[in-house]
Amino acid sequence: MAKILKKCHLSPAVTEITVEAPLIAHKCKPGQFVMVLADESSERIPLTIGDSDAKAGTITMVIQAVGNTTKHICHDFEVGDEIAHILGPLGQPSEMGKFGTVVMVCGGIGTAPVYPIAKAYHEMGNKVISILGGRTKDLIMWKDKMAAISDELIITTDDGSEGIKGFVTDPLKKMMEEGNKPDYVVAIGPIVMMMNVAKTTKPFGVKTTASLSCIMVDGTGMCGGCRVMVGNETKFTCCDGPEFDAHLVDWDNLRKRSKMYVDQESVEYGCGGHCKCVEE
Amino acid sequence: MRGGMRNPMPEQPADVRNKNFEEVTLGYTPETAVDEAERCLHCKVPQCVKGCPVNIDIPEFIHAVAEKDFAGAFTSLKKKTSLPAVCGRVCPQENQCEKHCVLGIKGESVAIGRLERFVADTARANGQDRSEHVDITPKGIKVAVVGGGPSCLTAAGDLAKMGYDVTLFEALHKAGGVLMYGIPEFRLPKTIVQHEIEGLKDLGVKIMTDVIIGRTFTLHELLGEEGFKAVYVGTGAGLPHFLRIPGENLDGVYSANEFLTRVNLMGAWDFPHRATPVCHGKNVAVVGAGNVAMDSARTAKRLGAEHVYVVYRRSEAEMPARKEEIQHAKEEGVELHMLNNPQEILSNEQGWVTGIKCIRTELGEPDASGRRSPVEIPGSEHVYDVDMVVIAIGQGPNPLLRHTTPDLVTNKKGLITIDDHEQTSIPGVFAGGDIVTGAATVISAMGAGKKAAMEIDKYLSSK
Repeated sequence: MAKILKKCHLSPAVTEITVEAPLIAHKCKPGQFVMVLADESSERIPLTIGDSDAKAGTITMVIQAVGNTTKHICHDFEVGDEIAHILGPLGQPSEMGKFGTVVMVCGGIGTAPVYPIAKAYHEMGNKVISILGGRTKDLIMWKDKMAAISDELIITTDDGSEGIKGFVTDPLKKMMEEGNKPDYVVAIGPIVMMMNVAKTTKPFGVKTTASLSCIMVDGTGMCGGCRVMVGNETKFTCCDGPEFDAHLVDWDNLRKRSKMYVDQESVEYGCGGHCKCVEE
Repeated sequence: MRGGMRNPMPEQPADVRNKNFEEVTLGYTPETAVDEAERCLHCKVPQCVKGCPVNIDIPEFIHAVAEKDFAGAFTSLKKKTSLPAVCGRVCPQENQCEKHCVLGIKGESVAIGRLERFVADTARANGQDRSEHVDITPKGIKVAVVGGGPSCLTAAGDLAKMGYDVTLFEALHKAGGVLMYGIPEFRLPKTIVQHEIEGLKDLGVKIMTDVIIGRTFTLHELLGEEGFKAVYVGTGAGLPHFLRIPGENLDGVYSANEFLTRVNLMGAWDFPHRATPVCHGKNVAVVGAGNVAMDSARTAKRLGAEHVYVVYRRSEAEMPARKEEIQHAKEEGVELHMLNNPQEILSNEQGWVTGIKCIRTELGEPDASGRRSPVEIPGSEHVYDVDMVVIAIGQGPNPLLRHTTPDLVTNKKGLITIDDHEQTSIPGVFAGGDIVTGAATVISAMGAGKKAAMEIDKYLSSK
């Protein structure tokens, strides 16, 4: 049981929740995730840890209401309610070190998992350049939080409502073309965005890591549902990842696997499949 | 006392049960149970007991059944096993107690497993199993049990009875391990598993779900600041093996672990009332021939598959599954396609499975396992048109604890190494079950849990 202490909407479809999870807060490192089972009839889903406070015993997650389960969590849970089960921290922590100049590329809610990693890199003395991208201004999240731990903050929007009009890859490409090659790039966001970041950095030979969010059941290495091809080898995202060399990931396979349950997800009940209307 | 044939087990008709998730076998009535118990010859030197990994006093409990003393029979069982309702259902008795029964030499052995189930079910129905008082003198010594499967449940129960303060850590949201996520509802109802686990709580065992040792706590933290004086590790064999053939990561390809976990633990058969989805293949290939393959095939059938093909590279005689499971699967319409080795899984442009390409095999010389090895017949490639594939070719040891505990010595296969006293390379840390032996049976894991509990008691008593 994990009580919800804070809940706010970052945009109509994106919710930030902070829950009481002292064991996880005490242990989690940047890059790790948790498995969440909202209530006994829910689905187990992986969520990345956006922020944590070991002293207060809390972790913060940012959830985009896209499927039935995420909608259920975002719409039906309020402050004071309890999330039935949270397991973690899971996955390999991010590689830490002094790389030099690091570019953190965030797409949409990808900013949440990027934050603790960027913060750690900043504290270790790396020069952190953060690129936050979204379709429109309202979808750019945690701007102030990211600004506080970045040496440089760049914002891109598809419609030009804030920052540079274009994609996150535009300023990244420009900086490399101008001869300012970063030492390391981390990309977290939608699959297509991470794939494009990998394509952008590859010709410049810049080490690039992507953090993958896959369909998982247990999150501990037992189902293999999160398997992904990395350099022609099958890896389990839950245990071997979630971070992988973005230049070696088979993005096409990952994109197809992420759509395995689109038919079932279209069984929409508004309530997310958790109320009596399902029976009709 | 009489010999002859054993009493048959009442079952749901095959064409009814292959459309529901209710238990296949219905259990003996009191009359049948007494009749079956009366077949026991009460041998002076009972052979059956030799075949039981947890040393149940089989003649004693069967005698009580014959005397209609079902409560006494249950008390006798509980002296040795904490999970009789489970063992009575899923033990391969034909290779254990019943194999040694003297009646089996000329006719049919006493149906020991069915009687065990009857006694446990009767005690559960009348509440005896939860009301019996067990005298426990608390020792005030903390012991941790890592994992929630059969070997851990057994170790936890035995240690609690000895007076230890036991905490069991389970990574999933429900304890039970393979009894919950692997074995299907129609063979082992989940309410029964949870009921047996409630019984452990009555003994004082604390069950902490959602805690993964190696991450939430390390093994050394349990022995250090968390104050446990000994740890039992029974983390099991839950790492799914794949075939390493092209197409294995296509949409519609499952490991048996994932397929069964979705359906059993997460209740995906009841989607959308339960939120976890699972693919409902119209034509399904299950690769493998063990009990897990049979469970997967029968589950796919129940989800509405028109054809379920079990694809295996040897012949039916070499199938590792229990005969009873193979029989049940066949009755339910599962089609066995033996002497077929999968080579590639085929797909459409969207990345969905459309077929599995196999090559025919014939049996050659015996291999290291003693079974005749399959030899491929050149030019015999053919394709099964299927829209779902389940890979059920076995599981390896769960790697997480090994990866996060470098001083825990394991062998080449990743199995934890133990000494003659079930102790690992870390003093005070004991291990047993599938994480030591590799994937085996529920009852052998229980036997290991029992033995480890005794060794832990010896270790702590000598300190």
